[in-house]
Amino acid sequence: MFLYAFRRLLLAIPVILGVTFAVMLTIELIPGDPVTLMLGEYATKESVAHVRQALGLDKPLPVRYVQYLSNLARGDLGRSIREGRPVSQELADVWPETVKLTTAALVIAVVFGVLAGVISAVWPNSFFDGVVRLLSLFGLSMPVFWTGLTLIILFSLWLQWLPVGGTGSLRHLILPAITLSLPSLAMVARMTRSSVLEVLREDYIRTARAKGVREQIVVLKHGLRNACIPIVTLLGLQVGQLLGGAVLTETVFAWPGMGRLIVRAIFARDYILLQGAILVFALAFVVINLIVDLSYAAFDPRVSRQ
Amino acid sequence: MGAGSAVRADAWRRFLRNRLAVIGLIIVCGLLLTAILAPMLAPYDPSKQDLPSKRTPPGKRYVLGADEFGRDILSRIIYGTRVALLVGTVSVGIALGLGLLFGILSGYMGGTVDALISRGLEILLAFPYLLLAIAVVSALGPGVLNTTLAVGIWAMPAFTRIIRASVLSLKDLDYVQAARAIGVPTQAILLRHILPNFLPTLIVYSTLYMANAILVEAALSFLGLGVQPPTASWGLMVATGRDFLLTAPHITTIPGLAIMLAVLGFNLLGDGLRDALDPKLRT
Repeated sequence: MFLYAFRRLLLAIPVILGVTFAVMLTIELIPGDPVTLMLGEYATKESVAHVRQALGLDKPLPVRYVQYLSNLARGDLGRSIREGRPVSQELADVWPETVKLTTAALVIAVVFGVLAGVISAVWPNSFFDGVVRLLSLFGLSMPVFWTGLTLIILFSLWLQWLPVGGTGSLRHLILPAITLSLPSLAMVARMTRSSVLEVLREDYIRTARAKGVREQIVVLKHGLRNACIPIVTLLGLQVGQLLGGAVLTETVFAWPGMGRLIVRAIFARDYILLQGAILVFALAFVVINLIVDLSYAAFDPRVSRQ
Repeated sequence: MGAGSAVRADAWRRFLRNRLAVIGLIIVCGLLLTAILAPMLAPYDPSKQDLPSKRTPPGKRYVLGADEFGRDILSRIIYGTRVALLVGTVSVGIALGLGLLFGILSGYMGGTVDALISRGLEILLAFPYLLLAIAVVSALGPGVLNTTLAVGIWAMPAFTRIIRASVLSLKDLDYVQAARAIGVPTQAILLRHILPNFLPTLIVYSTLYMANAILVEAALSFLGLGVQPPTASWGLMVATGRDFLLTAPHITTIPGLAIMLAVLGFNLLGDGLRDALDPKLRT
């Protein structure tokens, strides 16, 4: 187990280095001179030269990469062009809001997705199963930003039950979290249904039933537990989906998190802030995937023995 | 090729028995026809402004209402089909092309090439969902072409992985080994013995990724990073109605239904094709 964890950690290092390099490289892709774009066309020659030097853009790429990495190791992501504040501080301000939103959405997706999936699998082709399958098809097809706006029209503007946007109370969290969770909820329900259905066909389930184990125990202990691995794999992927979807949900609900910061940074042409935010998003995702991989080993002892 | 056509007829029969799959096929055909016949179907010029009737709710004159510039929403949705399908098809084409190149290189050559490509993929897959597309488009700038590129690059890793896995599983099969042993050139082995075997998988994934590509394009355009006004893009249309949610909700809600219908169509068709072409993959 420890050897497996160690090897898995070791494998993450090149990915992290690569992600850092790729993020640094995005500034190279920008057509034209990024510094002039950032400062606007009325910037003086001196200020352009100053920023270029401060960003190290006058140095060759490998030198810059090493510089970037060593700054990163010290938690220094540079200063945002607009506000002049350290990027790390700007990100630290908004990061908790995105964590709150995505965690809430993940919890909703897991709880209701697994529940709906298990019930569907226990009574396949029933009325409930039909409804779940139809709704999950719609859940996968609705664009997150549109769902959010439609929920705002319904529950905030017409019924006036919930706030239109912003943050502060638990009531503010309800609509954004539901909006963000729907596509993942649909995926989790589908995956749970199919993997529980598959497991329930196994011989050991028949044996358990034959020896008189109660049906609830058969489904929950033997069925769901063995269906866990594909569900956990899916959850790892869904976290990526949720982090990406957060950009849209936060924009719709004026939720002051990382996603809105990214959109703001793009429109302000604040590439330093943007780089920092995208890097943090990607690193968070790498770490989460690492945790998912390690948790397989906990669910299934066979994994660590490979 | 008697056996081949029998297999195909069998798959076709399985497909037709699946009601949802047929609905998906009908929706997708409807979208294609709408895109092709847009100038004939649209009652108005999609960019013609009629300021006195701005934000008119759905009614007799404008069936689905008018937007904030008094443009006919129905006509804009009809022309928007072109953007959605164009960006979707070309980006899936890009992803498929690059995926075939890297997937086959990686799977068939193995060794250092495989290791390099696989690490590269892991790096791209580390960017959660929309973020990769956002990163590309923020660097390249907005517009139809850059949006298509961004969506294509976003979808490429998934295609490469699927193709690599298929090539890996096929290249050790007895008949492929036999072909290699008697000296069939690599190109011919790939074209004649390996590619046909994962063609069904590719068709299924391309269809399902069309749904995703349409969603990603709509999302980028909604954020203002994708297709730019005055081009009629569904995501952009949803965004422009945001300031009038209370007084004219139809500007936002109706174009969203078009996105949903299109995505639903490709999802249903993809699921149906998967069940018909490759019963093993069924979920």
